[in-house]
Amino acid sequence: MRNVNAYLETDFHDHPLQRVIGRRDFLRLSGGGLVVLFTLPRLAGQVQAQGRELPEDPNAYLRIDEDGTVTCFTGKIEMGQGVITSLAQMLAEELDVPLGAVKMVMGDTAFCPWDMGTFGSRTTRFFGPALRQAGATARQALLELASEHFSLPVDDLATADGFVYLRREPSRRIAYGQLVRGKRIERRAKTEVHVKSPSQFKVMGKAVPRTDAILKVTGKAQYSADLRLPGMLYARLLRPPAHGARLVSVNTDRARSFPGAIVVEEGELVAVLHEKPDLAERALQLIEARFETPEPTVDHETIFDHLLKVARPGELVAQGGDLETGQRMASRRFRATYLNDYVAHAPIEPHAAVATVEGHRLTVWASTQTPFPLQEQIAREFGLALEDVRVITPFVGGGFGGKSANRQALEAVRLAKLTGRPVQVAWSREEEFFFDTFRPAAIVTIDAGVATDGRLCYWDYHVYYAGSRGSEHFYDIPHHRTLASGTGWQGGPGSHPFATGPWRAPANNTNTFARESHIDLMAAEIRTDPVEFRLKHLTDPRMRRLLEVAAGRFGWKSAPHPTGRGYGVACGIDSGTYVVTMVEVEVNRGTGEVKVRRALAAQDMGICVNPEGARLQMEGCTMMGLGYALTEHIRFRGGEILDRNFDTYEIARFSWLPEIDTIIVENNSLEPQGGGEPAIITVGGAVANAIFDATGVRLYRLPMTPERLKAALAEQAR
Amino acid sequence: MEERIRFRLNGQECEIQVAPDRMLLWVLRTDLGLTGTKYGCGIGICGACTVVVNGEAVRSCQTPVGAIRGKEVLTIEGLSQDGQLHPLQKAFAEHDALQCGYCTPGMIMSAYSLLRKNPHPTREEIIAWMEGNLCRCGAHPRIVRAIEHIAREGKSEGGTP
Ligand code: FES
Ligand code: FES
Repeated sequence: MRNVNAYLETDFHDHPLQRVIGRRDFLRLSGGGLVVLFTLPRLAGQVQAQGRELPEDPNAYLRIDEDGTVTCFTGKIEMGQGVITSLAQMLAEELDVPLGAVKMVMGDTAFCPWDMGTFGSRTTRFFGPALRQAGATARQALLELASEHFSLPVDDLATADGFVYLRREPSRRIAYGQLVRGKRIERRAKTEVHVKSPSQFKVMGKAVPRTDAILKVTGKAQYSADLRLPGMLYARLLRPPAHGARLVSVNTDRARSFPGAIVVEEGELVAVLHEKPDLAERALQLIEARFETPEPTVDHETIFDHLLKVARPGELVAQGGDLETGQRMASRRFRATYLNDYVAHAPIEPHAAVATVEGHRLTVWASTQTPFPLQEQIAREFGLALEDVRVITPFVGGGFGGKSANRQALEAVRLAKLTGRPVQVAWSREEEFFFDTFRPAAIVTIDAGVATDGRLCYWDYHVYYAGSRGSEHFYDIPHHRTLASGTGWQGGPGSHPFATGPWRAPANNTNTFARESHIDLMAAEIRTDPVEFRLKHLTDPRMRRLLEVAAGRFGWKSAPHPTGRGYGVACGIDSGTYVVTMVEVEVNRGTGEVKVRRALAAQDMGICVNPEGARLQMEGCTMMGLGYALTEHIRFRGGEILDRNFDTYEIARFSWLPEIDTIIVENNSLEPQGGGEPAIITVGGAVANAIFDATGVRLYRLPMTPERLKAALAEQAR
Repeated sequence: MEERIRFRLNGQECEIQVAPDRMLLWVLRTDLGLTGTKYGCGIGICGACTVVVNGEAVRSCQTPVGAIRGKEVLTIEGLSQDGQLHPLQKAFAEHDALQCGYCTPGMIMSAYSLLRKNPHPTREEIIAWMEGNLCRCGAHPRIVRAIEHIAREGKSEGGTP
């Protein structure tokens, strides 16, 4: 008979519980194999939030052990976007070591350089250059060490695969690990160090499979809820039925008598803890609670009127020429309002965290995109010194912007402090929906005009609540103005009935949907092919080239829409990356259902570090984008969230899968740009335009559900 | 009331003292320490908790542990044998059929049960079968490709030993 306890030996050797130590201490403790402490040259310090810069000291980013293992320290976290692989590629490239030699330590506040968080497609663009510089600087220091070792000038030496070797006699070589062994070196690099240029790349720019794949296909990859510390309790918390509801009375007697249950009551915090999570849930069900819920004043239909009523005045995002002049030039004017509903992040991994208190020190494992801000949050809220709080980020099962608020981690800390035991808080799917910081409902109004020559002459754009990212158009329009009421995604007091926040390529999905729909609408009205119409107003060579490449690959046939074919196009820019999406849809006029048959995503993202990873993200963006385009929306009554699981909140499924094609156009003249988000921004617009091409009906509101399309088709028939 | 429940788990005899109405998902993850099987929705909709019982894919969040008495349970941890990845695991890794990886164990276990029944499914059959497994990262195209690869090779040895 198998000893089932064998299964319980979870391996925590990577996660020392006792000591919360600084990186410097760690380096001291780790003794031999320490690298190269040197101070210059200054890294291209990238200012993050609060004026903080990335460290200049390469040792903050990497360590080389005696056995040649290179450890890369980054405050970024892995949530599916693949930076565990692309960052390792960058370091391997600059350091000249095999990719397999690089071990990643991510999002651990005890070891990694401070980081504002993993979002906004910033990892490759901002952390990347600093990491590459650190790698290049360390390689230079290794060369100098080797030059002393061989008593030869640096110019006679070269590096490859973790060795420094003699150019003239490559068999004479010394391993990096040996060079740094037992030495504590502090030196200034003598010369200015440059990162490699794309033509020198051996590891970067190559399609490599994900380095975390084996852990993930074997079930060994650990996510926060997979951690189980000795003596740990699983907590379930009493939740209000609606946002804004107040707890009036609570009776926990029956829960308290549930075998093994521990009940915690502290103000509005009512929780049941148990050694088994499902039994904690059962005991929670025994609590009788009465909440007072305020009368709902808005719902998912009336919200737009409400939002417009309380909207802040628009801030100027961009302008040029003179609107009135443009309006006078117009022979035809087109006005429309575009809407989108609230959308959930809905990662398949709900928020989870484990907290443990040892004396005055606290360790937290959390499903978070922001380990360092979380560390600060905890220190502040619980009156602890920053160095006494350690946040460790295991694998994160999807984030998309929704794992930055960290509420679950604070709950775990509070309960760990109250019970004196390690505590896990893992949200149910219902809690995940309830506490999500939704993509805000938003409104865009556009007033634009075309002159007799068929050219756009003015563009008056106003976005409310989505945020300003992506609101600026890139077309050649002489007279234009772009306003944003709320440049971020938090609506301000009295606006949204619940929390809102950034959602994959925040604001840009809304803005690109509106802009690209409107461009398409005008092209159709003046009987011009939508690709031609765009090209006619594009001077930016990057976008022109991308659109032409995409049209060629897709087999776009020039014709004024609607043609009945169901082709749609949309262009956009996000995080420095240019993207064009083309789709072909099939519309079932009876049911209003839309099936996207094929989709092409074309992208110009500057230097592409990991083409395979980039393609994965583009495909992922396309699939996820179909959800917000076609079905995803949160229905609510006041603060009560009505969609709280995947039964009514529909995300893209296998049967939706179009034939997806991806193109990354080469552009090595530009530093790497964002890759995790851009290709999602164009999906809504491309699908809306394709529906128009198929049916002649245009939908102005996302998502374009079967009911909405059916209603619009019925309207058309009348 | 707790009872003694015996079943085979990943090829080995297993006996636990447990309330039979507890869901297999939580018993696997906590009592048995097998955390490869994931919670995603708790209502049988997302497939993250999929395990294979007597060759059939089941939702462990909806399966009381009392119902698997005497049966053969296979989880993601039991799929590789003697340190060798199962061909499906290999195919998923090689085809980049994952991003965050949270849905992956459920995906692989669903695919495993499909290939056991039907070693050479068509693309349409794969898509129809996998419909009940959700992936938020959009790894769908690669997942289908990974399964197609095995279907073509006919390499899935199917059944548990
Ligand atoms: S957790 Fe069981 S189907 Fe979602
Ligand atoms: S890979 Fe993230 S949910 Fe599927």
